[in-house]
Amino acid sequence: MLHGGSELVRVRVSVESPAPRPAIRATMTPTVAPSPSRNAINSQPGSPGAPRMRTVRLGVHFEDRLALEDISLDFQTGETTSLIGPNGAGKSTLLRCLDGILPPTHGEVFLDGQPVHRPSPRVAYVPQRSDVDWKFPISVLDVALTGRALRANRLLPVPAGYREDALAALAQVRMRRFAHVQIGALSGGQQQRVFIARALLQEADVFLLDEPFSGVDAPTQALVLQVLHSLRLAGKTIVFATHDLVMAERSADVCVLLNRQVIAAGPPSRVLTVRNFQSTFGGTATFAVEHRPSA
Amino acid sequence: MTTLISFVTEPLQHAFMRNAFAAIVLVGVICGAIGVFVILRGLAFMGDAIAHAVFPGVVISYVLGGSYLVGAIVSATIVSLAIGAVTQSGLLRNDTAIGVFFVGAFALGVAIISTQQSYARDVTNLLFGSILGVSRQDLFLTALVGCGVLLALWLSRRETVIGSFDRTFARSQGLNLWGWDQLFLLLLSLTIVISLQTVGNVLVLAMLVTPAASARLLTERLGPMIAVSAVIGAVSGVCGLYVSYFRGISSGASIILTATVIFLVVFLFAPRTGYITTRVARRLHFGHPERDQFTELELEEEAAGSRA
Repeated sequence: MLHGGSELVRVRVSVESPAPRPAIRATMTPTVAPSPSRNAINSQPGSPGAPRMRTVRLGVHFEDRLALEDISLDFQTGETTSLIGPNGAGKSTLLRCLDGILPPTHGEVFLDGQPVHRPSPRVAYVPQRSDVDWKFPISVLDVALTGRALRANRLLPVPAGYREDALAALAQVRMRRFAHVQIGALSGGQQQRVFIARALLQEADVFLLDEPFSGVDAPTQALVLQVLHSLRLAGKTIVFATHDLVMAERSADVCVLLNRQVIAAGPPSRVLTVRNFQSTFGGTATFAVEHRPSA
Repeated sequence: MTTLISFVTEPLQHAFMRNAFAAIVLVGVICGAIGVFVILRGLAFMGDAIAHAVFPGVVISYVLGGSYLVGAIVSATIVSLAIGAVTQSGLLRNDTAIGVFFVGAFALGVAIISTQQSYARDVTNLLFGSILGVSRQDLFLTALVGCGVLLALWLSRRETVIGSFDRTFARSQGLNLWGWDQLFLLLLSLTIVISLQTVGNVLVLAMLVTPAASARLLTERLGPMIAVSAVIGAVSGVCGLYVSYFRGISSGASIILTATVIFLVVFLFAPRTGYITTRVARRLHFGHPERDQFTELELEEEAAGSRA
């Protein structure tokens, strides 16, 4: 396990930075991840009762590739967790397991103690924006409404109440004025905000967001942070994947450093250390550390 | 004036022409409506495949004297499942699987019908339609199945929209995408089957794709797009049939050519997207409409951001 971890890091270094400084490689070797059992966050001070979501020794194998191994994490009610790791670290895979659309190879996911085998209406998922047909003739308002449209009676039009809620959600992400614009005409950041409005419409207890800050403009980043904050105050459980350490530190109660295994998990101040970065990101860690505000 | 009226009414004096007009309006509306989803989901090639895949079923039921509707549905379902299975194996692309099976199925139909004595005439009827031979009974069946298809499309509208727009999100909503896709292909097969007699096996693809393509260029909203496509389908059918009656052109061909001409006119002169319209508008300093809309949005957005 220990040996395997350091091997992974070495591969990353050679891929991501062709000429790594020897110092980085030297500090990496002693960076030992705590054992998986101690990664579970239920040792958090003041965490009330059972976690909202929990993964137990979760593992995902794709045909020839190990995507996730031995992931045991707790996600508490009202807590925001950021999954941090380089590309290919398994962040999206973990979110898809939490949502129930990807059955894990090993282990299980629990929502309020119940095993998750299929997507639950109590979990809202904001996927990356890659799998979307942007030319589809659908307005911003109708995209937001798809968050709840399947609950409506199929013999009737969508209830007026849903429509009002959709407009309110769009107002919350400052997209109400674009309600009747075709979704593809918007910028990337605006599209991201519409998808967050769609998730808000689901009235879920758990929100899973895949890279909500990547490829979007600064105002959108600020708005997304604001929305996440108000959801957290409303007692929602939030899990988001990112490779942006600044965002992770600013908005999360718990950071999970992930690279196929859990490298470290806990409050940002304890987890976001140079050593942990380097064993998560390999050679790119120096870059990340330089951009980090004073810890 | 009287010549114009007699021009319009003359074909309607014949019962077979009245049936033909009714049939082509029905087929135009149904194909136009479902065709919007065919083009939005990039299923044009699949539509072509199904049109050919029904051929062996139609031929077998023709030879055995059974209902051609049942035969067509059975063979279309077998072929579409076979395409799905080969695609899901991940070894070949979807269009490759479609290519393999639809020509294979078509050849099987040709092989069977070539053993029949009235080979040439039967093949021509099946391939290019025999709209003038539509009976009242055929008409009734077409209307019944067509209404069923439209009703099912309407009932599954939300699943179809979510599944077409954002597949990952659709899965996270617990939608069984495979099941909904199969339902759509079944409705598509039914549509193709009831269109066979009117426009024939080879030309039905145009009824599915061409009016919908014109509608796509005329509006950005799904509901109006379906309505416009259905109207264009029916209008092409009626106009094409008149042309066919007075000029003695094959009816299927003249209907499709009418739809194609409508498409070309729309492509060149549509108010928002037309190839010539947009260029003329730019010359007149109105700018490119879509780009204008975009920058306007960006400006508004910035204004909103700075106010906040």
